[in-house]
Amino acid sequence: MSGFSMPSFSGPCRVLKFDADKCVGCNLCVDACPLDVMIPNPEPGLEPIVVFAEECWFCGGCVQECPHGAITLIFPAKQRISTIFKRKDTGEEFRIGQKKPMPPNIVPPSGE
Amino acid sequence: MNWHEYVNATGKVPAWPYEINYGREHVIKTDVLIIGGGVAGIRAAISAKQHGATVAVADRGAAKYSGAGGAGVDHWHGAVLNPCSKITPRQYSDVAMYCDDGYCNGSMRYIVGKEGWDTLLELEKWGMQIRDVKDEFVGSIFRDDETKLMFAYDVDNKHCLRVWGNNIKRVAFAEAKRLGVDIYDRICIFSLLTEGGVQGARVCGALGVHDRTGEFYIFRCKAAVVATGGGSRIGGLAPELNAASAMGDLNLTGIGHTIGWKAGAQLVMMEQAGTYGGGFGYTPYSMGNSDNTYQGAPTVDYNGKPIAFATRYGKLLDDYRDVFRTSNPDTFVLGHGIGVSFLKPGSANDYEATHLDPKIGEKVRSGEFKMPLYNDFTDLSDLDRRAIYNLMLAHEGKCRVPIFETWNEAGFDPARDLLQCVITTPDTLYARPGWVGINAGPNNWFSPGSGGYLTDWRLQSTIPGLFVAGGRPIFGGGCHGESHTTGRYSGRQAAAFARANDFAEANPEQIKKEKDAAYTPVNNKGDIGWKELNYAIARVMADYCGHVKTEEVLNLGLKRLADMRESEGERTFVNNPHELARMVEDYSFFDLGQCYIEAAKARKASSNILRFTRIDYPEVDPEEWHKLIPLSLKDGEVVAGSLDCWFYKKGPYSEDLESNYVKYAELD
Repeated sequence: MSGFSMPSFSGPCRVLKFDADKCVGCNLCVDACPLDVMIPNPEPGLEPIVVFAEECWFCGGCVQECPHGAITLIFPAKQRISTIFKRKDTGEEFRIGQKKPMPPNIVPPSGE
Repeated sequence: MNWHEYVNATGKVPAWPYEINYGREHVIKTDVLIIGGGVAGIRAAISAKQHGATVAVADRGAAKYSGAGGAGVDHWHGAVLNPCSKITPRQYSDVAMYCDDGYCNGSMRYIVGKEGWDTLLELEKWGMQIRDVKDEFVGSIFRDDETKLMFAYDVDNKHCLRVWGNNIKRVAFAEAKRLGVDIYDRICIFSLLTEGGVQGARVCGALGVHDRTGEFYIFRCKAAVVATGGGSRIGGLAPELNAASAMGDLNLTGIGHTIGWKAGAQLVMMEQAGTYGGGFGYTPYSMGNSDNTYQGAPTVDYNGKPIAFATRYGKLLDDYRDVFRTSNPDTFVLGHGIGVSFLKPGSANDYEATHLDPKIGEKVRSGEFKMPLYNDFTDLSDLDRRAIYNLMLAHEGKCRVPIFETWNEAGFDPARDLLQCVITTPDTLYARPGWVGINAGPNNWFSPGSGGYLTDWRLQSTIPGLFVAGGRPIFGGGCHGESHTTGRYSGRQAAAFARANDFAEANPEQIKKEKDAAYTPVNNKGDIGWKELNYAIARVMADYCGHVKTEEVLNLGLKRLADMRESEGERTFVNNPHELARMVEDYSFFDLGQCYIEAAKARKASSNILRFTRIDYPEVDPEEWHKLIPLSLKDGEVVAGSLDCWFYKKGPYSEDLESNYVKYAELD
């Protein structure tokens, strides 16, 4: 088995997840990002590469810019662990990133 | 995919995708140059363009989403002249000054009171929702049925509005593009040009580097607007912290302050400390909270026991509607998210919003309440719950995707689930329990306050032709709505200045010198990267300009910065233009740090409202130091002045704010 010599990041190294089936490599997200954390993939049509993961602000601009719904934010573990919900009637706790996620509860924003 | 995945999959490091031409010059000539393309800058650009100027915007990021307000907003302060409001611009300005004990910007607040509502109406015209047009909230205590406006903080005085602002930046950006504003994204402006290169002389341009190509931009202009962000990055660089900051990304380098400082503009209040260090590791707005966006969110203890709301005088409230009323019927609630510190924080102030039971600290210690606390939305009416959750939280900056959609996906149901608050000391739980979870910082941290350019009734700095916009560069704060309104006002002023004045000439030697300095790391082949230099500067600021301030310590801080500029500053390297722009920002910290430390040296007294403690001058807010201290560079020397906090209504100005406004506002 072989691998590559790579530096490790002090912060999260994976901040965005692209759905390869949905991403067409249009790079609208690359140009929308205020921190310029991504570069286009050298292979046209493929998803961008997050080069400056530690500079991501998690503003969600890329997610909103994507016409194909291909991008998901991946919060740093330190933030995931602190956001706790507790179901009032059962006392059951859950959080973002838990091993067995709750089913989604889709509530539309006001105005939309 | 991330970089590691790419390398693992292909065995290659991706090449830099843009052509690199370090130092290649571009010269752009425009009537009005806007520095910073956040909400203030884009509004300034639109306004200058509407008033006949050619306009260029230089934005550090990408103007469609960039800036502290780029990811949305949920409520709008300063809509004082909306048809339902019972507050006047004069009351609004006076109360902001009162709540900041004079350390605020009274003329700016008056301008916001006069024009905030009109500024919001333009956004409505461009496609942002500012009313309950779909009748989702019929019957709500927050709604006016005739106008369909929804109020925040104060249901009686009706001057602060809930807004559906998730798309606010995009609609303003689209309008700027429609009008033909030239927008230059990815430009790090690092220097202002003044006539002949003289400090304090008329502005005539700015210099920048491009974050993708490394090319060099020389902007020439007749007038300029600085509309940049705060300087939190000088206080620390920590990806986890910046990622968790509600309003501050890594582009917040205070470089708009720095370029004015170097150019000889007077800055004031730079000695004021901030309240937090730009987020300390929680996803902003992700923790239970009863303040700001969450104002009025009910709170319970670990066992579900409700914690009452109280007036500012500690009277516990039974009626939920009273949470959105004043503590003193003769006054109004100024509200939060407005960049006002509030006189005597933690004690009674007529104009502050209601809070949780002030005895909560005692009651946790005695065992009456158990930590952690939770927000419990479940007993609210559906209307009240949606006014917080679906309206405010879903539209507030940096909440739609990171919070609202993520929580939906995770199954959070505010009708059934409790939301945990930050676990913190019981006394902190009192006033603003969740704010700790939004933007809390550690104790030993340098954090800039509301210091910025000294501005006059035109929002012009002391440099002729250099106008200022936005919550950070204008001294005395302000937040989202204020940024729009001051941007719109400054853009109009800059257009008028450009009509009356031709281009002035910069000093070519200054341009060459600044350019050489900026490109130092390209040719250096040194051993210090931008992150390491940022950490080191932040350490100097925390150690020498943090909570322990004395004359000797501050002087040592200046020495450390100067030493570091000559040594580590000359040993830098960059790998690509992106890192070059970051390094140029680091270099600016040497000057910005000098400005902060000189400001701390100039105030030889402590102050509560400035969160400023001089160990060698412990007397708090003595009358003779209750003033602004304008600070500037003249021929390279630091000059400290003295200015009445209420200068904007004293000679040569009128005591009547309206007559000052009419005289200077460049009304159409």
